Amino acid sequence: MDIKLLNVAPTEEERDAVDLLLGPPTSGWDGGERDALTDTRVADGGHEVREDRHLLLPALWAVQDRVGYISAPALNYISRRLTIPPADAYGVATFYAMLATEPQPPRVLHVCEDLACKCVGSDELIATLEERFGPEGAVSADGRSTWHRSPCLGQCDRAPAVLMMEAGLEPFTRTYAPASTAIALASLAEEELEGTQPAVPPQAGDESLRLLRRIGVVDPLSLDDYRANGGYEALRAAIALGPDGVIREVKDSRLMGRGGAAFPTGVKWEAVARQPARPHFLICNADESEPGTFKDRVIIEGDPFSLVESMTIAGFAMSAEIGFVYLRGEYPEAERALQNAIDQAYLRGLLGANVMGEGFTFDLEIRRGAGAYICGEETAIFNSIEGFRGEPRSKPPFPVESGVFQKPTAINNVETLVNVLDVIAKSGPGFSETGTEGSTGTKLFCISGSIVRPGIYEVPFGGTLRELLELAGGVPAGREMQAILLGGAAGGFVRPDEIDLELSFEAVRAAQTTLGSGVVMVFDETANMLKMLQRIAAFFRNESCGQCVPCRVGTVRQQESLARLANNKPRGGVETELALIAEVGQCMRDASICGLGQTASTAVESAITRLGIFAGSAK
Amino acid sequence: MAHPIFFHHVLKGIHNGARLIVVDPRRTESAQWADRWLGLNVGSDIALANAMGREIIAAGLANQAFIDRATENFEAYKATVEPYTLERAEELTGLPAEAIREVAHAYARADRAMISWTLGITEHHTGADNVLSLISLSLLTGHVGRYGSGVNPLRGQNNVQGGGDMGAIPDRLPGFQNIERDDAARAKFEQAYGVQIRNRSGLNLTQMFNAMEVGALKYLYIIGENPAQSEADVSRTRELLDNLDFLVVQDIFMTKTAEFADVVLPGTASWCESDGTVTNSERRVQRTRKALDPPGEARDDQWIIGQLAKRLGYDWGEPSSEEIWDELRSLSPMHTGMSYARLEELGGIQWPCPEDGHPGTPIMHERLWQNPIGGARCLFVPVEDRPPFEALDAEFPIRLTTGRRLESYNTGAQSNLYSSPLHKGEFLELCPEDALRMNLEEGEIVRVSSRRGSVEAPMRVDTALRPGLAFMTLHFPDQVDVNQLTIDAVDEKSGTAEFKACAIRVDKIIEADRVETAELEVELVAGD
Repeated sequence: MDIKLLNVAPTEEERDAVDLLLGPPTSGWDGGERDALTDTRVADGGHEVREDRHLLLPALWAVQDRVGYISAPALNYISRRLTIPPADAYGVATFYAMLATEPQPPRVLHVCEDLACKCVGSDELIATLEERFGPEGAVSADGRSTWHRSPCLGQCDRAPAVLMMEAGLEPFTRTYAPASTAIALASLAEEELEGTQPAVPPQAGDESLRLLRRIGVVDPLSLDDYRANGGYEALRAAIALGPDGVIREVKDSRLMGRGGAAFPTGVKWEAVARQPARPHFLICNADESEPGTFKDRVIIEGDPFSLVESMTIAGFAMSAEIGFVYLRGEYPEAERALQNAIDQAYLRGLLGANVMGEGFTFDLEIRRGAGAYICGEETAIFNSIEGFRGEPRSKPPFPVESGVFQKPTAINNVETLVNVLDVIAKSGPGFSETGTEGSTGTKLFCISGSIVRPGIYEVPFGGTLRELLELAGGVPAGREMQAILLGGAAGGFVRPDEIDLELSFEAVRAAQTTLGSGVVMVFDETANMLKMLQRIAAFFRNESCGQCVPCRVGTVRQQESLARLANNKPRGGVETELALIAEVGQCMRDASICGLGQTASTAVESAITRLGIFAGSAK
Repeated sequence: MAHPIFFHHVLKGIHNGARLIVVDPRRTESAQWADRWLGLNVGSDIALANAMGREIIAAGLANQAFIDRATENFEAYKATVEPYTLERAEELTGLPAEAIREVAHAYARADRAMISWTLGITEHHTGADNVLSLISLSLLTGHVGRYGSGVNPLRGQNNVQGGGDMGAIPDRLPGFQNIERDDAARAKFEQAYGVQIRNRSGLNLTQMFNAMEVGALKYLYIIGENPAQSEADVSRTRELLDNLDFLVVQDIFMTKTAEFADVVLPGTASWCESDGTVTNSERRVQRTRKALDPPGEARDDQWIIGQLAKRLGYDWGEPSSEEIWDELRSLSPMHTGMSYARLEELGGIQWPCPEDGHPGTPIMHERLWQNPIGGARCLFVPVEDRPPFEALDAEFPIRLTTGRRLESYNTGAQSNLYSSPLHKGEFLELCPEDALRMNLEEGEIVRVSSRRGSVEAPMRVDTALRPGLAFMTLHFPDQVDVNQLTIDAVDEKSGTAEFKACAIRVDKIIEADRVETAELEVELVAGD
């Protein structure tokens, strides 16, 4: 527990990066010049400094962004500034895939190898990179560039994707999607390239859209354009309704959370609003890391003000004066768009003290994730924001009682929050007229894989999967559908003969599958499903935080089992191997504290039971 | 402070929101957790406490209701602290006046506040007065006798408290019954033991060495103590031990002290090789149970003492530890309600526990808050600042304060037996400014001298120190005999020597000189 600081000095660059975030040190004890007269008599610290622990991840990012990796002296300096034992800070730094603690070149190209990209040739892209640039981690002749494999970058609608991150005084981060080998090599060679533009949904321009209506139509960087297209009318209306009125409308709308758990939003908000403890916090979960999911990215890139406005309404309704958007680190374009929206909202009095001159306060801040799928889990986000390893917490206590900083916290998905604008515009009962009895409103689906027009689609609940696939143009001509993954890696596969499934929370539940985060990934006959399963298993093995033994060990066992099956060396026969996978899955479901472990085997098991991918080989 | 057991509780409090102020000449690792650290001059504790008291009174923050109902002699205290203005305290303690004012206000205004200390308060020639000055602060503010408040001298070991409780102090019978003044208690013990007990206090440790010096004490029986390495001015101690007519040492290790003995009695490790009880800092009596047979010829300490008695003509038989304990319960009222069965059932009991069924006493002095108060009023005992016995001068210009490090234990009799990467041996620690001024390199062997002796030790830079202040420990006496340097200026009230403050000189060793010295020693040996 002791704070064992090293006697090593950071470089000027590292010190500057941290000081820009935290301000200059105030004494010899927190990293400044030692004054033998004053510093040896009085030192302050304690609670006041430790309360800044939530700045640990931003401080780590500051160094990562400036230098490209976090050296031991830099980590030591951050620890000194924030009174954190360096071993503790090291534990946090090494938790996140995007933070490096070993020297690496300032420019790193992250190459997606996940499901959607695999479907359209990321394996070939990686093979060509290995041949022409060098293996993963190889450094260019000038020492400036390297590349790494990456889990899903959330660009599945325009796969395959790569992400270039360049450290420096003005860090440069850019997505290229779809990326060719030529683009990847050019980026590694520091050639000037145009980055990918915000995605335009295939339905753009359709008057009936609610959530997507502005995307591709209005300028995402202009507050005036947003307001000219109905922006901030909902906040004005919400203020007129008053906090209780807003919560009543949201309850009446029967809006369900869109992050995967489908919890009634109004119930959550009411629970937070009623908590006597203060302050209340609002968090937007924008750590969209489920492979195949990209809807939140499209919203934030294309209509960032709608998220700012809906969070302001939520804050107003729940007396939460502080909001965080926990945004995944792989979304640089979304971060820039959202930061611009927040800055403009502050400038125009739509954030901060006295919002809209109506006497309430709402402050909004982006917290950038750093490459950890588990940080999409709500309690893991709390730990991550507080400056700890992003490991989930046991529930209860539930977030509405004790969330971030142990205070009442409402945490909602981006899509859920944006729906609130429509709830206010149409009133709760009006909103609930769309959709089904148990699933009101519209839903965003992220369609990718073998499909003519991949992208994000908005449809009312209650249609069928077949209609949705037809909307996206179906599988390309000459191809035959083999399977559909619903809900992402944590979801499950369905067969082509099941596509008359109704798309509503209640119908998919009855069919023993899930909508999850709205992933619809289509595989045609050319896809090697066993390889896809192995990728899913590898993904969970990498992303397990390691806190619960069943998940830490189970995800490894699952991957090993699939590898033996893939190599035609099942242990004790295919039947035995499949029974083992089922048993490991059951153990993870029963004994993991969070959704990651509980769903780490659902896709694999559904492929076995539903698709029957080993049916021919079973003995 | 190096008290990991206690500090682990403090850390829990800190994480629950408690504010911590650390007063220590060095900015220790404990101080790194503090909301504020005050690095006062060594031995200026009374000046700080009196100035805090004066400030609390002057600012109207004294708890007058408590003072009126539960204390006496407040006016004398007030008069004594009156001259300790913040400005004067700044001069005496080296602390900024504003910092003293703030800590005084924080202490007085806290809903609950406690003061805890270890040897940094008591190992001074003003040790008892230091404690009295802190007690006065708690009386002044009413931070006593209630949950979360109080004054807490922290015991350094699991059973220091138990030793005192059992009467291993010169003026008390078991249960703190006064041997000189409490005739009824003495009569009770006489009847139980069947012997006459003289109404005369024994000698404390310091007085014993003085008695050895004048030849009044010639025979000594030492149990579980290593004064040949732990006493201040240790050269003198060894000479006195060496001159005894007869010395018996009972210990679990062959200590330096045991090497002086005529007879060594190997005892047992009480926590695992013996049945009995220990009493910790919070006065909680807990059972210990025998898990292992002692090795070789080592014997249970209870058995050894019984056999000694037998050979001296008193056959006690071989009572079990529970029988011994029950005898104590019959004689010591504060232990009467603590049967082995209840100790087991409740997981230990805090004394006083006067009868069966009594829950024990988690908080002392609650009587002060009863209406009217139970028992006598508490007395303010005003004390004056007295700087360390040995002043600094041109010849010995550096203040040495000794202490402990987390990973080691006292003279190392126990902690140096195993290898640990944390055992880095003894160092003279100096601040970076002093090291630079004296042109010393990290790890360089330097000569450290006081008026009593001289040792060589490697130098290490520590930013916890300030110019003119050096730090050493007693953990590695075989490597660096630090107590050659310390002074046995003794607090008359407590008998404790001033380990925390002596004057030293640090000299760079020049190799040529060293050769000369070595030759000189050889000559002396040859000429002896």
